[in-house]
Amino acid sequence: MSGQDLVVIGNGMVGQRFVDALRARDPQGRWRVTVLAEEGRPAYDRVRLSAYFDGVSEDELNVHTPHDGVRLRLGEPATAIDRARRVVTTAAGEYAYDALVLATGSYPFVPQVPGAELPGVFVYRTLDDLAAIRTYAQGRRVGAVIGGGLLGLEAANALRLLGLSTDVVEFAPRLMPVQVDQAGGAMLRRYVEELGVRTHLGVATTAIRAGADGAVAALELSDGRVVDAELVVVAAGIRPRDELARAAGLPLGPRGGVLVDETCRSADEHIWAVGECAAVDGTCHGLVAPGYATAEVVADRLVGGAATFPGADTATKLKLLGVDVASFGDAHGATEGCLDVTFTDPATRVYAKLVLSDDAHTLLGGVLVGDASAYPTLRASVGGPLPAAPLALLAPEGGGADAGALPATAQVCSCNAVTRGDVDDAIAGGCADVPALKACTRAGTSCGSCVPMLKQLLDAAGVAQSTALCEHFDVSRRELFEIVRVRGIRTFSQLIAEHGRGRGCDICKPVVASILASLGSGHVLDGEQASLQDTNDHFLANLQRDGSYSVVPRIPGGEITPEKLIVIGEVARDFQLYTKITGGQRIDLFGARVEQLPQIWRRLVDAGFESGHAYGKALRTVKSCVGETWCRYGVQDSVGLAVALELRYRGLRAPHKLKSAVSGCARECAEARSKDFGIIATETGWNLYVGGNGGFRPRHADLFATDLSTEELVTLIDRFLIYYIRTADRLQRTAGWIEAMDGGLDHLRAVIVDDSLGLCADLDAAMARHVTSYSDEWRDVLDDPERLRRYTSFVNAPDVPDPSITFAVERGQPVPARALTTTRSTPADARRQPVTLGLPEVRR
Amino acid sequence: MTHTTTLDWTAVCPLDRLEPNRGVAALVDGVQVALFHTVDGLFAIDNRDPVSGAYVLSRGIVGSRGGVPTVASPLHKQVYDLRNGDCLDLPGMAVARHDTRCHDGIVEVRLRREG
Repeated sequence: MSGQDLVVIGNGMVGQRFVDALRARDPQGRWRVTVLAEEGRPAYDRVRLSAYFDGVSEDELNVHTPHDGVRLRLGEPATAIDRARRVVTTAAGEYAYDALVLATGSYPFVPQVPGAELPGVFVYRTLDDLAAIRTYAQGRRVGAVIGGGLLGLEAANALRLLGLSTDVVEFAPRLMPVQVDQAGGAMLRRYVEELGVRTHLGVATTAIRAGADGAVAALELSDGRVVDAELVVVAAGIRPRDELARAAGLPLGPRGGVLVDETCRSADEHIWAVGECAAVDGTCHGLVAPGYATAEVVADRLVGGAATFPGADTATKLKLLGVDVASFGDAHGATEGCLDVTFTDPATRVYAKLVLSDDAHTLLGGVLVGDASAYPTLRASVGGPLPAAPLALLAPEGGGADAGALPATAQVCSCNAVTRGDVDDAIAGGCADVPALKACTRAGTSCGSCVPMLKQLLDAAGVAQSTALCEHFDVSRRELFEIVRVRGIRTFSQLIAEHGRGRGCDICKPVVASILASLGSGHVLDGEQASLQDTNDHFLANLQRDGSYSVVPRIPGGEITPEKLIVIGEVARDFQLYTKITGGQRIDLFGARVEQLPQIWRRLVDAGFESGHAYGKALRTVKSCVGETWCRYGVQDSVGLAVALELRYRGLRAPHKLKSAVSGCARECAEARSKDFGIIATETGWNLYVGGNGGFRPRHADLFATDLSTEELVTLIDRFLIYYIRTADRLQRTAGWIEAMDGGLDHLRAVIVDDSLGLCADLDAAMARHVTSYSDEWRDVLDDPERLRRYTSFVNAPDVPDPSITFAVERGQPVPARALTTTRSTPADARRQPVTLGLPEVRR
Repeated sequence: MTHTTTLDWTAVCPLDRLEPNRGVAALVDGVQVALFHTVDGLFAIDNRDPVSGAYVLSRGIVGSRGGVPTVASPLHKQVYDLRNGDCLDLPGMAVARHDTRCHDGIVEVRLRREG
C-alpha cells in the first residue's frame, strides 16, 4: 500500500497522544504524518503546568516522543485549510493531506472587562504564559486571579509560590463550581483561605484599573469593593479553538468546537477533530481523559478500526494546594429523584457526598473534599450497588469501612508517606493509642484526615480502645458526672486522687470544671477550680488567634435599648476594639488585651450589661424575630419568650455550647430549627424542636412537642437541658447525643415527658437551683481584688502591654497586624497589607 | 543545638504570686517567658506558641502525660513537656526552656538562648 499523508494541527497533550496511538497501530508507516505546532516547544504536560512554579523543569513536563516518519514543525501554526484542494497553509508553505486531524485545543476565555488589555494582566495556559508571569511578579506584592475554578486555584497557588499576596474572584457562589457542590466548596474555601489566599465569591470583576504607571493596579468588583492587584491572572474558563474550521466552512457545535460524530469525524469525511476543540455530538470536553479517548478513536479509525467515543469520564481527582478534591459521576445530583448522603467532619476537614438513585441502591456520583481516599472504590462503583453502607464508606470511623483489610504497602497518611506497615510496626512496638502513633510515625500530624484510620488499625491489631476520657480517667464524661454527683465531690484533687491518676490535662480538667459548675459548685474561678478552666473560662473572654481576647456582653433575645447601644459604641471606641454584630444577635468586641478586660467590663457592668458567656461551653444566645408586637404575621410574643429563656438559662454549663431561638410564626425568621432547642409559635401555643445545630454538620431540629403553654414549654426545656448536661459525652452536641441514645427521640420523650426513669423531679430541682443561684461572673470578678490580679500582661511588668499584639486598620477598624509567623505562614501572609481607609495605624 | 546560658538570675515575683497549677507571663530581659508553679515544681519556657506564633503558652492548662509535667497550648492544644520544652504531639517542635528557682520566696529566672 502506498503511503498517505496525514496532517495533524496541534501538538498538545491530546495531539501527541493521537500521534503515539496512531504510530502504535500503524507500524508499517502507512500514514506519513506531519504535525504543525504553534508553540516553539513540543508537547508538554499542561495538566501539571503549575508544577513549573514548584521547581519542576520544562524537561520534566515534556510528554513528546519522537517517532520515525513523523515530521514535527514547531512554531509553524496553520493559517488556513483549503478543503477543496485538501491543503493546509502555514506561513512557511502548504501541506497536502489525505486525512486532517484538528487538535487545536482551547484558548483561555477573557471576559470583556475594561482594562483586560493592561500590562500585568495574564492568562494561564502555556509555559510562555507562566514564564511571563514569573518575570512580571518580581518585586511585586499583590496579585489577583479572576476565576475560582480548577485553573484559577492553580493560578492562585502559583502566585502564592511567587510570594504574592493573592485574592481570588469567582462569579459563582463557591469555588470549583463545576466539580463540587456548595458544601464541598465551603470546605475547600477553608483550606484555601488558610493558605492566605482570600476569596471573593458570588461577585464579578467589573473593571481592571490601571495605576499611575499605566499597569494594572486593582480590580473593581460588582459589590463595590476594590482589590489591590499589581498582577492579574484571568482564569475564567476556556473556549474551543475552532477558528480554522470555522473559516473552512465546517459545521460547529452549538457552543463552538468542530462538530464531529461519535467517530470524531467532521462533516468533511477527510477531517477529524480530537481533544478540546472537538464537539463530539455537540459537546466539548475540557478534560484530558475524554481528549485521550478521542485520540484513540481517530487513530483506530485511520487504520480501519470501528472505535467510537465511549462517552466522557468527567471524574476528576486532584491534589490542589495540598487538598484532595474529587468528583465523579452525577456529582451535582442532576438525576431526577436522586438521594444525597453527605458527611462533614470539621475536625479532620473532610467533606463527602454520595448521590444515590431514588431507591438508594445505585451509586450515581459523588464529591470528596479533604480526603479522597475512597475515590478509587467509589468511582469504580458508579452505576452499581454501593460496596458498603454509605457512612462507612465516607467516614472510616463510621465503623463499617475496613482499614484492617488494607495491604501493608497502602499509604495511610499521604501527607507524611506513612504506610499501613509502618503503623502496624509502631503498634507492635508498643504504641497503644493515636497520640503515640502520631509521635512515633508522624501519621496524622499534618492534615489529620487519617486519624480515624489510625484508630481502626489499632482496633484491627487488637488494641482495645476505651471510652476513657483521657489517660487520667478510665471513665467517660457521663460516668464521671455521676461519680461527682453521687459522691458529692467538690474538687478536682479529690476526684483524681480517688478515681483517676496523674495530674490531669487539657481534656479532663475542663470536663471536670464543667461538671462542677453544672452541679452548682460556686464561681468557676473559685479556688482550685480556676486551674481547671480553659483559657476562655479562666479570663472570661474568648482567646483569639493573636493572643488578644474578645468581649461579648449579653443582649438577651437581641433586644437592646439605644442607651446600651451607645455604651457599647463608646467602650469600643475608647478601647479601640474591632466591632462586629454576630449571627446570634450580639455585638462582639475584638482585640482586647488581658489587662484591659477588667476595665472594659467595669464600664459594661456599670451600664447594666452582664457576661454573655460567649467564652463558655454554656448557653450562648436565644435569638428571636420581632414577633406579634410588630410583625404582621407574628402570633405570639417571641421576643418576650426569648428574653425570658435566655435569662433563665444564662451561665448554664454544658458539654458543648448551646444555642436557641424563638420564632413568632411558622415563617421562622429566627431560624429556630437550626438550634439545640428552638421554639416556633402557633395560634394556640408553642412548638418545641430539639437537637438542631449549625456548624459544619448542620442539622435541623426535630419536632418534640406541640401547642405547649409557656409553662409546659419551660418545664420540658429545663428537663431536656439538665438531662443532656448529665448524660452527654465530652463535646457531644445535642444532636449527636439524641442520635446516640438508645431509642432516640422517643426515649427522650419517655424520660422527660412521661418520667419513665423517675428522674423528672430531680431534673426540675437541678434547674431551679441553677436559676436561683445565678450570679454574673464578671460582676463577681470585678468585686474581688484577688481575682482581678490575674488580669495582668506580665507578672513582673504589669504596666507593659504585650508587645506582640499590634493592629492594622482595615475598613476603618483595628484588625490583628499579620506579623505573626506561623507554621502555615507563607511569604504572602507576612506581606499581607490591609486596605487602609485614610485612618492612622492603631498602635496601643 | 547548643545553648548559651546567661549568667544572671533575674528576680521575677514572689512565689505566692503564682497560682498553683497555672501559668503567668513574665518579661525577662525583653524575652516573654511562661512561668509555671505546679506540684512538680517551678518551670519556665518561652511564652510563644511556635505553632500559632502567638504569645500564649502561659495561659495553657497544665497537667501530665505519662508522668511528664506538661502544658497544653490554649490555641490548638499541642502539649509541651515543661521540663525541656519539647512538643509531645509534633516531633521536632520545641520551645526554649529556661532555668528557674525560688530564692528567699522570690522566683528567679535565668534565660537560655539558642547559640
